[in-house]
Amino acid sequence: MITLNHYLVLSGVLFAIGLVGIMTRRNVLMILLCIELMFNAANLSFVAYGRALGDLNGQLIVLFVITVAAAEVTVGLAIAILMSRQLKTLNVDEVRQLKW
Amino acid sequence: MVEAVCFYLFSAVLLAAALLVVTSPQPIYSVLSLLVAMFCLASLFVMLGAFFVAAIQILLYAGAVLVLFLFAIMLLNLAPEALSRMRPFTLRAIGTLVGALFCVQLVGMLVRTASGPGTTAAATWTVREVARLLFTTYLLPFELTSFLILAAIIGAITLARVTRHDQ
Repeated sequence: MITLNHYLVLSGVLFAIGLVGIMTRRNVLMILLCIELMFNAANLSFVAYGRALGDLNGQLIVLFVITVAAAEVTVGLAIAILMSRQLKTLNVDEVRQLKW
Repeated sequence: MVEAVCFYLFSAVLLAAALLVVTSPQPIYSVLSLLVAMFCLASLFVMLGAFFVAAIQILLYAGAVLVLFLFAIMLLNLAPEALSRMRPFTLRAIGTLVGALFCVQLVGMLVRTASGPGTTAAATWTVREVARLLFTTYLLPFELTSFLILAAIIGAITLARVTRHDQ
């Protein structure tokens, strides 16, 4: 029988994969993609908890998370396009104008 | 039984697609693997009885966000070697190690705790209940998300537009 813990373990592993991606990839597009993976891991645990506890609020929170993620990725991709146009790079290690 | 088979099948495909997202050197393959992962997540949401969330997941993530990523990759039009450039090996290894430790800790903690309540017995909700809650309890946040989306659109246009000054 599939219990809440199965879904939580799956969500945790998915979150860890996204975290590894953020720490190893240097392309700003790949980092945004990995952030999407982590968002989805959190969404899965919200829905699983909502189901196991018999609470509909879990699904509603996921709807808001998806909306906020869509807004975040829109602005993030605009910044990536601006980066490639002005600094001619997408590597986040090369973007260090604010560092001294 | 069917539930367990479906769960393990979709989880395996989901984790394989997620690993491919992280390791694939070409961003276009990463985006397409993320598409596979989104569809697996939508199937898991259906198994959890969250039909509306599953539909929104496919419409919004697979339909809108990933298309946005594909457009960005097309617009940027980079050489493949510039795209596949990763960190030096040691930093990459340390990142993977930290991620693996995090994963082991999290999974170990969850395995040690008593297995939670089952996910099949609870009542199913239809779109009707979701909509009722969305337009009563969550009316104000729901309306505020439209402002958020508007701000994101204006911000994206302002950031990414080509001005005469740039050229």
